[in-house]
Parts: sequence; structure tokens; C-alpha cells
Amino acid sequence: MAERRRAVPFWRDERVLKVLTQIGFVVLVLVVGSGMLSNYRKRGLTFSFGFLDEEASFHLAEGIPFSPTDSYARAFLVGVVNTARVASLGIILATLVGLVTGIARLSDNWLVSRIASVYIEIIRNTPLLVQLFFLYFAVIIQLPSLREALVLPGNILLSNRGFVLPWPRPTVSFGLWWPFLVVAVIGATLMLILRRRGVQRTGRPSFNLLWVGVPLIVIPVLGWLLIPRSPLLLDLPEIVTMSGGVLKVEGGTKFSPEYTALLFGLVVYTGAFIAEVVRAGILAVPRGQTEAARAQGFTNGQILRLIIMPQALRVIIPPLISQYLNLTKNSSLAIGIAFLDLYAVSTTMLNQSGRVVEVFLMIMASYLTMSLTISLIMNIVNRRIQIVER
Amino acid sequence: MAVQPKILKPPPTEVGLLGWLKKNLFSTWYNVLLTIFSVIFIYFVSRAIITWVVRDARWEVVTTNFRVFMIGRYPREQAWRVLVSLGIIVFLAFLTWVSRRSKGNPIPRWLVIGWLLSFPLIGILLRGFSEESSFLPLVSEDIWSGLLLTLVLAIVGIVASFPLGVLLALGRRSKLPAIKVLCTVYIETIRGVPLISVLFMSQLMLPLFLPPEIRLGTVMRALTGITLFSAAYTAENVRGGLAAIPIGQYEAARAVGLNEALVMGLIVLPQALRAVIPTIVGQFISLFKDTTLVIIVGLLDLLGIAKSVTGQKEFIGLHKEVYAFAAVIFFICCFTMSYASRRLEQTLGVGER
Amino acid sequence: MKPRALLPLTVLTIFALLIVAACAPAAEEAAAPGGRLQLIKDRGKVICGCNAELIGFGYINPDGEFEGFDVDFCKALAAALFGDATKVEYRPLTAAERLPALQTGEIDVLIRNTTWTLTRDTANELDWAAVSFYDGQGMMVRTDSGYKTLDDMEGATVCCTTGTTTEMNLADAFRMRGVEYTPLLFESTQDTNTAYEEGRCDGETSDKSQLAALRSAMANPEDHIILDVTMSKEPLGPLTAHGDNQWNDVVRWVVWGMMEAEESGVNSQNVDAMLSSDNPTIKRLLGVEGEMGTSLGISDDFMVYVLKQVGNYQEVYMRHLGPEGIDIPRGPNELWNNGGLLYPMAWR
Repeated sequence: MAERRRAVPFWRDERVLKVLTQIGFVVLVLVVGSGMLSNYRKRGLTFSFGFLDEEASFHLAEGIPFSPTDSYARAFLVGVVNTARVASLGIILATLVGLVTGIARLSDNWLVSRIASVYIEIIRNTPLLVQLFFLYFAVIIQLPSLREALVLPGNILLSNRGFVLPWPRPTVSFGLWWPFLVVAVIGATLMLILRRRGVQRTGRPSFNLLWVGVPLIVIPVLGWLLIPRSPLLLDLPEIVTMSGGVLKVEGGTKFSPEYTALLFGLVVYTGAFIAEVVRAGILAVPRGQTEAARAQGFTNGQILRLIIMPQALRVIIPPLISQYLNLTKNSSLAIGIAFLDLYAVSTTMLNQSGRVVEVFLMIMASYLTMSLTISLIMNIVNRRIQIVER
Repeated sequence: MAVQPKILKPPPTEVGLLGWLKKNLFSTWYNVLLTIFSVIFIYFVSRAIITWVVRDARWEVVTTNFRVFMIGRYPREQAWRVLVSLGIIVFLAFLTWVSRRSKGNPIPRWLVIGWLLSFPLIGILLRGFSEESSFLPLVSEDIWSGLLLTLVLAIVGIVASFPLGVLLALGRRSKLPAIKVLCTVYIETIRGVPLISVLFMSQLMLPLFLPPEIRLGTVMRALTGITLFSAAYTAENVRGGLAAIPIGQYEAARAVGLNEALVMGLIVLPQALRAVIPTIVGQFISLFKDTTLVIIVGLLDLLGIAKSVTGQKEFIGLHKEVYAFAAVIFFICCFTMSYASRRLEQTLGVGER
Repeated sequence: MKPRALLPLTVLTIFALLIVAACAPAAEEAAAPGGRLQLIKDRGKVICGCNAELIGFGYINPDGEFEGFDVDFCKALAAALFGDATKVEYRPLTAAERLPALQTGEIDVLIRNTTWTLTRDTANELDWAAVSFYDGQGMMVRTDSGYKTLDDMEGATVCCTTGTTTEMNLADAFRMRGVEYTPLLFESTQDTNTAYEEGRCDGETSDKSQLAALRSAMANPEDHIILDVTMSKEPLGPLTAHGDNQWNDVVRWVVWGMMEAEESGVNSQNVDAMLSSDNPTIKRLLGVEGEMGTSLGISDDFMVYVLKQVGNYQEVYMRHLGPEGIDIPRGPNELWNNGGLLYPMAWR
């Protein structure tokens, strides 16, 4: 053994080679990197985040309040919040759309499954940016003006200035009412736990699931009746004429056309991808499972809910994570339709401050943080599901 | 199945059109409801679409600008070069199709070489030599636009990202920590950020970090960005392929006496790459769609041209027509490719579990 | 091994290292760029950064060709350098990209309605060559909106292109008047205008020339008016990278030459006849006398090519911005002896 080792010269010794390769690689990366840095400095450019404290002197009107006297840092925050707003709601809605379409795609109703597959194929085979442009320029901003706004049932206002939903607003007595809500939620949770215990012990639920809804509804209603003034008022949007003859919407909760277009576009696009993920997940459950369940007398709904979905979820979750990440990253296309997301605000900041590299690093760091957060949460979910199943 | 002495006719509600209808549309009460809703839905949607397409839409914006959509600002008198390039690709595709149909065995080697040669050939054909050349005058890639640019960005992006992606995948699986960490960081960083930020980097920042002597045009810079971006995804796909190779293959190859490089190069990589072809096609399709983002850094790809067309004085405001046309072009390309890739998947026998 | 935990840490470390490395003081001086003029001559064409979507100034016509007022100055430069106005490579640039493109040397000259400001002139390593168009930021609104001044526009939504001085001026103008407004920022002029025309915004702000151009291209121009408010001075002109004076001189004297030609009455039609003119200014302008071109580093008769192939200032103006184009009154862009601000430097 010792003799053979001596026979290998050090430049062919695997251990030495490994170390040398790595050193060489790192040195290469460093040399290229420092070369790039020196080129950067040769252009006389400096690097500093000091500009973040300076007054932005441009105006942003989407999401959290902002005025031209606020700092660049605040402007960046506006962008981050807007991206989070569109991504979080987008993820929830896209999941719903994807789930429904994925199941519809596998429906035994021929027409329903055709409609679902036409939707999926059209959306998946055209670029998101084309869809967003179409949606925004050809549909949303072609809506009637505020003067001729469409009023949908339920007092929903639809115009090219956005759409406004009636929204409950808490009144003074809300402070008395919310403890009832808390009690209701706690009660319902307790009942759920009780029911699950029963199922685990006897294999049969001791009461129907619908009973859980009773405390959820009864307690808040009781509270509502006991409290002298109603704790919530439905705030209906209405169009008011301002002094100069300008129209303005008051009340309700408002979604700007840009936000609506982006959210809608992202949901429709990602929904189609999630539908395929759901379909693949359901198909991954062996047919025998369905047949066995049917032989045991389960109804179609029960089969889907109790047999297929729990198993399909294991297959669905990992690709679902990447769809969520895609949605978040795709929200950067907002810049094409004037929504002030993280990327759009950053471009404005960059143009007005000239700080290319600094702003770029901030963009990268923000998206990485968001991606890592989503992966982290979803991985925890994934781990739980996998453990429960095995 | 035992032969029945007397063959009964199946009930009319179980076979034929009626049977099909009953089975697929009216099996249960809620299916009946769903069917009715679907029919109403389809009626209104298709009526709206058909009246718009046939009656209301002003398609002259597309017909007038068709050439601009396809090749953008490529000089009119040089347009034949684009056609010849297209001809080469169609011809090769036809040969491939024929050779696969007749024999059912893998693509012959000469055809592979033909495909490989076609890339530089088409590149030279499209770009030309120099200003003075009378045969193929220079058409700088910076004035390529329209669908031509979209295709060039996607194809060159995927081809150029492939070797880089393979290297990154090998690096990520490497046992050497420094290489592994750097490759992993690169892959995960790129995959964690949107393409647009990578394009932004290549467009605005790359020139700041390159030596002043090196000047890349806009298209080259966009290509750099697309390649760097796509490589990270290729790497992950290739890594998936590598992971699918059974450990026995490594062990057997080692046992035969191959060293690590040869095991990779001769045994593992060829199998892994073959397995990832369908995934790479999928990646190509999404890259093809993603190239539309170059519009945000000022390039005029198909979508960019579409947008500039909506600004033409005589066609102001025809957004629906123009974007619908762009969408249809993208749909035709992507749908054909995904159909072809499904066929490819079947013939290669991969993707089956 | 917990790669999930390691990864964010490593990424953050690398970012930290990058930031530290970049913060280290710059040691070397900026490298002086070589002679751009020679570079262009060797290349055989001018790379001209321009607008691709502003009707009247720089846009792509249905033949796929660049056209417009600014584009004609690119052509004039090519004519002056090579005697051939087609020797131009156009780089369509967005507002955001244009200055970096010049800084990095990607383009030779930027002729894309860019306002001459002190900050840009000093901070971005740029040099303006001349003012080719005097402009001011204005506001376009619907005729039936009843707006007369900015003070009426309380609560209005204003469309504006991002990455320009416009959004700053807009913020300043409204803040000064204490009027609340909602800005809507688009990436391109075309999008801004589309959004306004479709009624997404109550007003559109931009340089008045642009507004006029956009208005003229609208379905019903008479439904829109440009308010009689000027939010800022906007002198527009071609610019080159900082420090290359020889090239900058060529650009500015070509622009002034075209103005001088208008002043002396030389145009594309009569330039051949004018070669035998007795007027000493015309003689010097057309290179019949003196060595004006040589001292700039180009041929003496460069203005002959410019005038023949592109025309004088008036012809260019009329072609794109006059009644046959988008119809902007010449106003301040008349010659100085005609009540305007155009004052070409002395041609001797």
C-alpha cells in the first residue's frame, strides 16, 4: 500500500488534484470578478447606498401612501409592498382557479373537460406579456369612463379608473364585537378537534361536519344583536362630483386598473399551469384506488376529497411551489402595464438617481428573499403532508 | 369472453351517438346542468369571438404590416436570406421526419451533422459578411426584429445555454465543495429572480463591467442575459437527468476501469442527456415565450413590433387586432412545438414510468 | 448537510462581499475615450440612438424605416461624414436606456428629444452639442373636461412617461400649487398616450412638441387641448459622450449649418445653383471657400451633402413638424431674425 502510494506522483494524486482544482476555480472566479470591478471603477463610477435617504421628488400613487418629499427608501418600500400585495392574493386565487380547472379537465362531462383544456392550452401556449397587454390595453382601459361606469349587481363599480367593491367598514362598536368572533373561532376549532378524535377512536365521526358551522354563525350573530349599534357597516361606493366638475369615487374598496389587470393576468396564467399540475397529481393516483373506493360505496365527491386528493397532494406540492415562485417572479411584468411593483419602482429610482448597480442589487436581494420565503413555507407544508401520508 | 348463442342488440341509449351523449354529457343530474351551462357559455363566447373576427376587427393593420411583423427592419431587398434560412430548417425537419417515419430508428448521423452545420450557416446567411460584400452585405443583428428576432433569441439562447448548463449541473453534483457551492449559488440565484432583472443586468450593467474595448450590441447583450438565465434552468434539468441514472451504471463503468471523466463523458452524460430532451424542449417553449420580455429593454421582437404598430397613425387604437395576431403566432409556434415534443417523448420512450 | 439553510446564508455572504468590494475607493482615473470621430470614420457609419415610437420625431414607418425630425439629424450627420445619408445604424432606445447607452459608448450620438439639464450634463458624463428644438413641458387634457389651468386639476389622474425629467417637473408643479393628483407612470411614450387617449387619465404631460405630435395622431385631435401652461424649459438637442470635443464639434456644426442654410436661403433644391453664389457666407457654408470642414476633420463640402440629401432646418422642420407633418407652430423654433430662438453660431 505504502509503495503504491509513493508510485503516484503528487500531480496525479486525487486529493491534491481536488484541492488544486478548487483553488484554481475560486481564483478564476475572483480574477474575473475583480477584473469586472476594476472596469467598473475605471468608468469613474462609485458605489454607495446614500441616495436612499435623499428626497425622491417623484410621485407614486399605488399601495401605501407616498409623497414626492419621501425618501428613495420609502419609494422602494412602496414597490415591495405592491409586489407582495399582488403576489399573495394572486397565489390564493390562482390555486383556486387551478384546482377547479384541473378537476374540470378530468371531468367525465365531455364539454366541461373540453372547455377546461381549451383554456389551458390557449393560456399555456401564449406569452404572459402578450396576455397582459391584451388584457390591459385592449380590455381594461377600454372600459367606460367613470361618468358611464358600469354598475354590476351588488353595487360593484366598473370603469377605466378601476373597479370598486362594497366593503364592510368597522364602526365604533366593533371593539365590543370582535371578542365574539374570537370565541366563535375557538369554539369551532374545539369542535373540529373533538370530531377528529372521534374519527380516530371509532373510525366514524360522532356528528356531521356541518355542526362545526353552528358556533361560527350563531355566536357572531348573537353578538351583533346584543351590541347596541351594528359593528360593521357596508360601505357602498358612489360617484360624487367634486367642485371643478371632476368625478370621484368615494367609499368601498378600490382596485386600480393596473392592479386588476396584473392580478387577473397572473391568476389566469398561473391557474392554467396549476391546473396541469393538479391534473398530473390526480392522474398519479392509481386507478385502482378510485375503483376500490367506489366498490366500497363512496360517492364521487367523497372519492375526490378523501381518497384521491390526499394522495395527489404529495405529487402536487413540489411543482406547485415552483408555480408560486413563477407567479411572484412574473409579477415583475407589471412594468409593461404601469403597475408600480418592486421592479417598476426600481427602474424609476434608477433613472432618477443613476445608481445602476445599487438598485440592481436591491432588486435581486428582494426577489431572492421573497423566493426563499415562499420555498421555506411551502417546504414546511410539504414535509407535513409527506409525514402524514407515510 | 364467452360467445353468446343469441346476440342481443345493445339498447340504443348505450351505443352510438345517443350512448355517447348519455355517457359523456348527461350521466347524472349535475352533469346535465353542467352541460347546459357549458352549451350556453360556448354559444355566447364563440358568438362574440366570431362576430368580432369576421365583422368588427380591422385586419388590414395586420395585412399591411405583415412583413414588419415577420422580419421587422430586415432590409426588404435582403429578405430572401430569411426565406432561405427558413427553407433550410423546413428541409432538415422534413428529412428528419421522413427518416424517422420510414425506419423508426434514431435519427441518422449525417442528419445530426446537417442540423449542427445549419446553425452557423444560417447565422452567416442572416448576418452577412461586411458592408462592402456584394453577395451578403452585413445586416447587423441589432436591426433584426419581429418574429425573426424572437426566434433567434430563443434558439441561440437555448443552444448557447446548453453547454453552460451541463457544466453547471456537473459542478453542482461535484464532490468538491468550492465548485459545488459556487455553482449552486449561481443556479439558485438566477432561478430566484425574474428574467427581466437578468435582462436588465445584461443590458445596463454588463457594459459597465466589461473592458471599454469590448462593445456588445443590444441584441448580443440580450442574448447574453437570456443565455445566463437559461443556463441555470438547463442545469437543473440536466441534474434531474443525471439523478435518474442508476448508481449501477457508475459502478459498472468504474469496474470496467474507466476514470471519472470517462464515466461521465461516455456512460452517464449520454444517457442523462437523452432523458432530458423532452424537458429541454419544454424549457425551449417557455424561453420562446419569455423572450417577449426583451421589449422592456427596448428590443423590437414580435411583441415589440406589435406594440409599435399600434402607434401607427392610420391604425391607432387597434390593440385587440394586433395583440390577438401576436398571440395567435405565439400559440401556433408553441402548440406545434409542444405537440412535437409529446411525439418525441413517445418515440424516445422516456418520460414513461 | 442542510442545503436549504446554507443557501440563503451563502447568497447573503456573497452579496455582502460584493458590496464591500465595490465600496472600496476607486483607485484609477477614468480612461479617456479615444477619438470617436476616427472610430466612426473607420466603421463607415454613425450609430445613432433615437426614439422608435414618437411620431414626428423618431418612429418606424410601415416600411420598417426610421423617420422623423430627430432621425433627420442622424441622417445629416451621416451625409456630412460619408456623403451618404443612409450610413446610419439606428438604435431605438427607451427613455431609461438612452443615457447609459451613450455612457457605455454603445452609440455615437443620442438624438432622442433629450432635455439639456445641469445634472445630466455633469453627472452622466455627457455633452450636449447644440439645441435643435426649444420645448417646454405642457399638459394635454380633454376639451370637455373644463380644465383651464393646473389648479383646476385637483384629484386628476395624470399619465406620464417614467425615467424622464417630466415626472419630476410634474411633481414639482403640482406640489407648488398644492394640488393633489395621481400620477400613472408608463414605460414608453406610446403607452402613456394610449392610456390617455383611452381615457385612463384626465391629463397627459410631456414636452409640448410631443403632445402636439401625439395630439395630431389622435382619432379626434379637436377633442384635446394643450393647456397654456409651461411647467419647465426643455431645450432638446443631440448629445455625445463627455470629453470627445472633436466629435461633439462635428455634431454641433452640422446642426448649426442646417440653421445657417435656412438663414442664407440655401435648401436642397437650390444648393447646386448656390455653389456659384457670390455671398461669402454661402461660399464658406458650402465649402467653396475656406476650409471649414477640414478644421472639423471632415470634408470641406460636407454641408452640400447634408443639404442635398436631408435639407436645411426649415425643410426638416416642415417635413415632419409642419402642416404636412404633425403641425406644431414654429414658435420659439423660428430663426432669431424671425422672432425665434434659433441662433446659429458664426460660420467663419
